Amino acid sequence: MTPAQAALPDERGHFGAFGGMFVPETLMTPLKTLERAYVSARSDRAFRSDFDRLLQEYVGRPTPLYHAKRLSERFGRGKIYLKREDLCHTGAHKINNTVGQILLAKMLGKPRIIAETGAGQHGVATATVAAMMGLSCAVYMGTEDMARQEINVTRMRLLGAEVIPVHAGTRTLKDATNEALRDWVTNVDDTFYVIGSVVGPHPYPMMVRDFQSVIGREVRVQSMEREGRLPDILLACVGGGSNAMGLFHPFLEEATALIGVEAAGRGITTGEHAATLTMGTPGILHGSYSYVLQDEDGQISPAHSISAGLDYPGVGPEHSYLRDMGRATYASVTDSQALDAALRLARLEGILPALETSHAIAYLETLMPDTQKDTIVVVNLSGRGEKDLPAITAGLARSRTA
Amino acid sequence: MNRLAPLFALRKSEGRKVLSLYVTPGYPTLETTVPLILALERAGADMIELGIAFSDPIADGPTIQESSSVALANGMTLERTFQMAREVRAASNIPLVLMGYANPIYAYGATRFVQTCASVGIDGTIIPDLSLEESGEYRALAHQHGLASVLLAAPTTSDERLKLLDEATSGFLYCVAVAGVTGARTGVAASTVGFMDRARTHARNHPLMVGFGIATPEDARDAAHTADGVVIGSALIKILATGTPDEARAFTRSVRERLDAPTP
Repeated sequence: MTPAQAALPDERGHFGAFGGMFVPETLMTPLKTLERAYVSARSDRAFRSDFDRLLQEYVGRPTPLYHAKRLSERFGRGKIYLKREDLCHTGAHKINNTVGQILLAKMLGKPRIIAETGAGQHGVATATVAAMMGLSCAVYMGTEDMARQEINVTRMRLLGAEVIPVHAGTRTLKDATNEALRDWVTNVDDTFYVIGSVVGPHPYPMMVRDFQSVIGREVRVQSMEREGRLPDILLACVGGGSNAMGLFHPFLEEATALIGVEAAGRGITTGEHAATLTMGTPGILHGSYSYVLQDEDGQISPAHSISAGLDYPGVGPEHSYLRDMGRATYASVTDSQALDAALRLARLEGILPALETSHAIAYLETLMPDTQKDTIVVVNLSGRGEKDLPAITAGLARSRTA
Repeated sequence: MNRLAPLFALRKSEGRKVLSLYVTPGYPTLETTVPLILALERAGADMIELGIAFSDPIADGPTIQESSSVALANGMTLERTFQMAREVRAASNIPLVLMGYANPIYAYGATRFVQTCASVGIDGTIIPDLSLEESGEYRALAHQHGLASVLLAAPTTSDERLKLLDEATSGFLYCVAVAGVTGARTGVAASTVGFMDRARTHARNHPLMVGFGIATPEDARDAAHTADGVVIGSALIKILATGTPDEARAFTRSVRERLDAPTP
């Protein structure tokens, strides 16, 4: 990978063929305003020092890089480290991005924040930072997701956010994103739309990636301190792809292998999955050109995953680019493999991961047998599992009776 | 021969406004669409926008979303939309414009799409999520096949950008009356008048159509003062949701009469 490729997107927001700004004209000027504001903020000393200070004092960064000895021993080879994003305030990596975007919202003088959420982690992180900065907040969430992530719905409401149920379509993240976009197009004067992943029109994929890249930058430093070298393999789950991109991006120009793990749902061949990069084709969804799950008429297909955060028929355009360039590879694991992995990590390491994260953990079963004794693998432990207790217990009960 | 330019020229010479109606093909049923369009033409419509049903219509409010999902459930496809356009074209010379989101068009293949549009007698296309910046290649392709590619302008569009849109659009410039999604609203906002004044000043090369939120004959007349014509969509779809084709015809006639009535 050449430095020029790591410097993407280009000035029009493209990562090779992917990305761009496929939105109604009403949003074009606000997006360009946002892009200008972001580009000036990222080189502005005051903005950066506010951002860094909040990550440290409020989010709790840097997060530890934990050597998972018992998990490593399971495979008898390789050294597995967990990047503990689950220890961030609110319990997932999502807040790295919401701190950055809501600082920008303040800078732009927008009093109202909106967001979409799937698992509820981005919604909780947005509601949290909005509360801390004194802004009003509305979060769109599919009713299917509200039912399976009830704990996070309660948390958002306690934080003073309005949770707006979305009944349309598949009642999941895709439809919540549609509604958030419609809200934004209607209230664009006073509203800042905080997108939770590396998806959407330019500049969002770039901006969210940059805010999340603190993960990979810390891993670089921590790996050098601990091991005297960079990791051999980075592993992360991919829905929209923000935790993976945040981990991967500071390594694009290194020899480190990058592996994203998608949700194979009930199985990659069943049609009930969310493995967009594995099974999808390029198309346009939510403002950018990227891989999507769609039928031959270009209608977006419903995705399925036990994990609400991965249950999305699209993916960030930069992942599509890295896939087609061969710079990153993408695998997938099923609902039941993810459930098993959640339980395994709890028993081996005393860490209960989110179901999203469990997909990355599950893929170790495939990956580790092929590694060398001294291979260093870093898994992004993107979120904690308390929100998933009902789903995990129900899923385990089902698999026991099956 | 593209039918848009002659239509605008004719109405301008008569001192009348263009009335464009948005229809979701396949809604409420597959069989009703073609007779409906022909009836709307007889009732005074000058142009028909055929909405291509899509699973994720982010620029549309609840009314058109619902019509789109009903049409999909009825088995509507882009191919069927073309078939309906062919049937309309066999019976009528009314200008037809396809309005649809980018993904179904890309899935069909952009080249194949513009070729098919031209061969069935479509006069132009409006793709609301294909921005000025992303539409260069498509516009060139459409132009080769004599197809207008209509761009949209919005109240958030700057004066400078209005000029760029005016340079790049063809057929007409579609002015979005209010920042927001499609859907009937009450009255014509003062901000619409202000925006349309700016559009007049900065987009001088093309006719201006104004749409989004126009619900009644009175709104149509008020909005039409600011433009060369008006587009009505959701208000008509709402009538079709609960009423009869006769009511849709009567609505169209009353809009036409109000548009044509001398200014008091």
